Parts: sequence; structure tokens; C-alpha cells
Amino acid sequence: MPESVVIANRGEIARRVGRTARRLGIRVIAVYSEADAGLPFVAEADEAVPIGPAPARESYLNADAILAAAARTGAEAVHPGYGFLAENASFAQRVIDAGLTWIGPSPHAIEQMGDKIKSRNLMAAHGIPVAHGTADPVLDADEAVRHAAAIGYPVMIKAAAGGGGIGMTIAADEDGLRTGFQTARSRAERFFGDAAILIERYVTAARHVEVQILGLADGRVIALGERDCSAQRRHQKLAEETPSPGVDPALRERMLAAAVKAGEAVGYRGAGTVECLVDGGTGAFVFLEMNTRLQVEHPVTELVTGIDLVEQQFLIADGAPVSFDPAAVSPAGHALELRVYAEDPVRFLPSPGTITRWQEPSGDGIRVDAGYSEGNVVTPHYDPLLAKLVVYAPDRPQALERARAAVEAFVVTGPKTNLPFHADLLRSADFVSGNYDTSVVSRLRP
Amino acid sequence: MAEIRAEMVANVWKVVAAQGDSVADGDTLVILESMKMEIPVLAEGAGTVTQLAVSEGDVIQEGDLIAVIE
Repeated sequence: MPESVVIANRGEIARRVGRTARRLGIRVIAVYSEADAGLPFVAEADEAVPIGPAPARESYLNADAILAAAARTGAEAVHPGYGFLAENASFAQRVIDAGLTWIGPSPHAIEQMGDKIKSRNLMAAHGIPVAHGTADPVLDADEAVRHAAAIGYPVMIKAAAGGGGIGMTIAADEDGLRTGFQTARSRAERFFGDAAILIERYVTAARHVEVQILGLADGRVIALGERDCSAQRRHQKLAEETPSPGVDPALRERMLAAAVKAGEAVGYRGAGTVECLVDGGTGAFVFLEMNTRLQVEHPVTELVTGIDLVEQQFLIADGAPVSFDPAAVSPAGHALELRVYAEDPVRFLPSPGTITRWQEPSGDGIRVDAGYSEGNVVTPHYDPLLAKLVVYAPDRPQALERARAAVEAFVVTGPKTNLPFHADLLRSADFVSGNYDTSVVSRLRP
Repeated sequence: MAEIRAEMVANVWKVVAAQGDSVADGDTLVILESMKMEIPVLAEGAGTVTQLAVSEGDVIQEGDLIAVIE
């Protein structure tokens, strides 16, 4: 185990990784931007190093500043969390070249999976189903139109280097495709510095289901069950649950086997997630992408398996066996995560501001991973995630009931939050029935 | 005359309209960015843009003037 770790992230995930690191006896070194000096993840760290001004490219995306902080504090490892530099292969390589332990998969695996075109082609070559789409970057709108005619509308226009739903557009016809192509390209360039675009058949009325995998130090890849992430707005997840109400044992077995195969295809080590779209009608699924890092919604898997995924990341990076018997994983009960965002609950527009009151729910089966507390300022510089409210219960109806009470008891004043939206979601007929797909939010908020 | 003001703290990502432009109801004047989201600021009614109070890269506060349309 490393003696110390730099957590190259902020907010709730920096705090959550820090908790496990401390429990394992690892010294926690936080890095933070000027905007985040007052946040709990900084206060709770054993040491905290300022790395630059508020804009992410000058702080959390500033590899030089983060590596300098690691050198200055004598850190032995770097944990990237999710987002920012977590899926940046050259940053991972620089960490390794500096003689530090990288708490993540190899730069090679990141590189193979980070590009949505390359990963699609790789998965298809290994017999994993992919959506009908382009095998090479689409260079201009005319070419996009030619491909779409062959694929069939509606199509999804995606940035090859994209993530978090940014740079993704659906087009129902040629006009939509021409406009969407330009938007996707400009966002891809601006957010990811890479304008490569792919076009895929868009599966309507699909569920978004992902599989948690772990590549063990001995080379085996195992799957720890699925998460249903169909409740989304603007292609960003709002609520996740496990097990998925739309996945039966036979489908689960096929999906988990495909996810393991995906991990094996790149010699995966550490925690990763294979995202798929499932056609609710036929039970067919296609590979969407692989996230080569800890996922925001990892806690639901932790609650049903009793496995601390961050602990396994540290163990695997250290070349050690995991803390549980990989042959005896049997998820039990039901877990649900609600992302609490600083945004208005109707139009989902951002709502930065000072938190005047912050009171978290507590009790049996309730876990809150929060990035903020009372008196903190939510700035416009980063994503709107304030906290993750995660509930666990023996079955889904009880989990929903527990979640309703917890949402009610969660008090945040200052910025507007989407808690009232979650209250509606937890009472909506679609969500309660379990028979919902990626359109569930837009039907609730037309 | 209509004053368009910011609904939230944000960065000005793109200034789409220019002073003197004729705009229609719903035309995009400026695109703000807050919390990794692009938020278009639209003209509320047709007219001429007589003032554009922001430039690209500005950080604006809730209630700050963005544009005046007459």
C-alpha cells in the first residue's frame, strides 16, 4: 500500500476517496483550486495544496501543478477520481514516469477505451454487440448525411473523445443531422480538444444499463453486477439503481459475460464500467462505451455487494489480491442513488450560490456522499453535483419508500436543488413500476 | 425597451448578437456557460440591440445587465 496519495479531484468524490484512504492508513493529500478552498474535502485532508485559479484547465486539469504538488508533499500515489484527468492516458503515464503509483488502469487501456470509435471497433472485433454506426471518424456534414442514410434515422451524433453527455446530439432527419453535426463538432473541439465525430443508430425506448467490472492484479476480470442509469436529462444521469428492474437473470448473465470480455480485450486492471443500451422489447443490448475509472454511481454497487470499490482500486494498484472472494460475490437487496444537483427542479438550469442551510438525512440504509456543507459557496466553474443520496433496502419497494423519506428530510437552502424533482420521480407511475427507459425524465418534465 | 439580465452567475462563452442588430423574438443574443452547461440568452421580443453589456470571457452575476433591446 502507498503511504500517501494525492487525490486529483474535488467535491464529493475527493472526499469519498479520502475516507477509504484514511481507513487504510494512507495519508490523504488534497489539491484544490482557489474556488474550492472552503470545501470539506480540503478541510478533511491530512495536507492540502492549492494548484491554481478556479477554471478547471488552470487547476484540476493542470497536470504540471498536480504533479508538482505530489512531488512537494512526497506523495506515493495519485487517485484521479472521475472526470478531469481520470481518463487522460498521458497524465496516467506521467504519474507512472514520476515513480508514483497510478490508482487506475494502464495508460494503454485508457487510450484504447477513451476514443469511442476505437473502442467500438475493438469491441466489435471481440464479438461484443455494437450499435450500427461508423467505423471511422466522420469528417463533414455531407459524409454524415451519407452514413445516416445507410444507418437509418434517428441517429446519435457523438464526440469520439466525449463524456458526460457533452457533445451528444440526436437527429431525426437530415436537417437535424446537419445542425447537430456542427454543434457536436464545436463542443467536441471546445471540451475535449478533439473534433472526431461518430454516428450511431439511436436506439429509442432503450434502457441505459452498465456493468461494474474489476480487473484483478492476477489478470482475471470479474463483473460485480449491473446498474440501471436510464433516468437522465440532457444525456446526464439523475438516478441509478441496482439491480436493474429491466434485466432478468438470463440477460444479466449475457451482459456480465460481455463486460468481462470487454475488460479482457484490453487487459483491464482496476475498476471500470461497461455501458450498454438495452432494448426493453427484445432484450438485445449493444455496447456504448467503457469508462476506465471509478463511476459516479459506484455506491449502489457497494451497498448491494458490501464491497468498498475504492479499497479494491488501491489493492489492485498495489498488486495485491482484493479483500473479498471473487468467486463468492452475491449481491443482495436493492440500492438507489439520487444525484442532488444545484439546479432548478423544473427546467434543470444551473443555480450556483451560497448554501445557507444544509441538513442531510440519516438512518438505516441511508448514505450521503456530499461535496458541500452549510456556508459553502457553489460556484459556476464545475459540474452541479452537490451530493449523492444513496439508499439501500431489502427490496425495491422498500428502497423507494426509504428514498422518498430521505428526499423529504434533505434540507438545502441557498442554491435551488433538484430535490423536488426527485420527490416527483419517486412517485411517478413509470419509475415506481420499474418499467421505464431513457425517456422517463422528459415525460415527467415535458 | 427590454433589458435582458442574467438569471444566474455564469461565464460569457459566446456573444452572438452585435450592437445595432435587428433581432426577432427568441433569437440567441449571448451564450452563457455555468456548471458545464451552455445557456442561451434569448431576445424577449423583436427590436434592435441598442446595448450589449457583456464580452466573451466575462464573469457575470445574477441580475447583471446583458443587453438592451428597443
